Amino acid sequence: MADPGPLWSAALLPALLITAAAATAGLDAVLTAGAARGRAGTVRETASRAAAPVREVVRLLVRQPRRTTAMDVTLLRIGVVLLPTTAVLAAAVLPLGFRAVGDPDIGVVWFNALEALAWAAVWLTGWASNSALALIGGYRFLAQGLAYELPHMFALTTAALGAGSLRVGGVVDAQAGLWFVVWMPVAFVVYLVSAMAMAFWGPFDQPVGRDVSGGAGAELSGADRVLFFGGRWLLLVVAAAVGVPLFLGGGHGPWLPGWAWVLVKTAAVLAVLVRVRHLVPAVRMDRYTEIAWLVLTPLTVLQALVVAVVVLGR
Amino acid sequence: MTDGPLFWVLGVSAVVGGVSVFRFDSMARATYALLFSLLCVGGEVMLLGLDYLGVVIVLMMTVEMAVMGVFMIMYMMNPAGLTPMPMLHNRRGATVISLVVLAGLTAGILLVPWPSRRGRPPADATEQLGLSLMGPQMLTMMTLGMALFATIVATVVLATRRGRYDRLGDGLGARHADDPVRGGVGR
Repeated sequence: MADPGPLWSAALLPALLITAAAATAGLDAVLTAGAARGRAGTVRETASRAAAPVREVVRLLVRQPRRTTAMDVTLLRIGVVLLPTTAVLAAAVLPLGFRAVGDPDIGVVWFNALEALAWAAVWLTGWASNSALALIGGYRFLAQGLAYELPHMFALTTAALGAGSLRVGGVVDAQAGLWFVVWMPVAFVVYLVSAMAMAFWGPFDQPVGRDVSGGAGAELSGADRVLFFGGRWLLLVVAAAVGVPLFLGGGHGPWLPGWAWVLVKTAAVLAVLVRVRHLVPAVRMDRYTEIAWLVLTPLTVLQALVVAVVVLGR
Repeated sequence: MTDGPLFWVLGVSAVVGGVSVFRFDSMARATYALLFSLLCVGGEVMLLGLDYLGVVIVLMMTVEMAVMGVFMIMYMMNPAGLTPMPMLHNRRGATVISLVVLAGLTAGILLVPWPSRRGRPPADATEQLGLSLMGPQMLTMMTLGMALFATIVATVVLATRRGRYDRLGDGLGARHADDPVRGGVGR
């Protein structure tokens, strides 16, 4: 670890992430309510709609929790707690401005490793519920994950390759002149798509989809449900936020200080991801798998080749 | 300063995780106990200053154990995975084998003349690792890569029931593959 942030930043990070997740969930709630009941007439109504996720959390916490027969409580707890934990730990390498809680040499790999742990968390939750639909949800996530993990890894690799560093701070430094999104657009788009998929969000929400009555999270209630779905929102926020130092220049930008730029860019990426959920229907995975293997993987390999040639030619 | 206690905590946790693999009678618990043990090993490698190798162990073992757990539970138990199943088989043979392996490894630790460190650790261990793997060993790595890839393709070819003649006809001349599920790129 080189030049880690101050100790209080580690305490601040979860609070910041939870605030961002609540804001994102609020935006999503406003859009959902707007689609169902028309535009909100007043500011007060909009605020009430935006507070829906908070009300839902309170409602879940005070209600009597429900248990299925013979559920594996230990594994369920591990799965449910692991999901938000991996999201927060993955965010440890995220620079707010130019300082992260920790900026290890291998930050990009660290982020990817913790994303993979989130797979395990979803499967554990689905399996431990002892319910067929939850089990199907858990299985789906792992089976589908294989289709989006490879393009995702190539996209991450491309950014690291362009900077010549696996350190997230190093990737940000390399974008002082030109943002990576300008000369690695394919990697950026693939990153965004697979980041949504990693957070089983939007068109990729089949693991918790309606056709399996909520899938992996179907049987969760009370605090378990808050942690699991809260962890999903955290994962989405972190996945979007990591796109900023990797492709959008991190804290680089005119006029504003670095941390403000990171917040603005992250909010913009999150807004796009939330909009995508409302604009794009669920992707059929049998189709997406073929697209992932036959289109996205070769494209990302080509993108990495272009970047490698540019880096070698410097 | 914290490295010493951390070493022991991770080491003992890894052993406890490894032992519990054989204590659990649920395949899911056994799989994830093994993953826990391997994650602790990854932590130990990071303590040695090899951050990249440590995190790669965490990444690869997580994906590997997650996928393996799915297949093990799918093929070895009822689909919901709720029938308990002991993890111990061939007790006598396994005991003998593991004792011999343990004795061999211990003897190795005690008898091998461990070299003392020459020079200083590199500033960037990851870069050093990449150079030493991809520099003089490039040919080995490429051969290894091709062999692994060939193995994967061969396994899929052996495992799949429908070959390309089923999909594209006897002369392989069909314009569209005859697949039960049409793919996403419109073939």
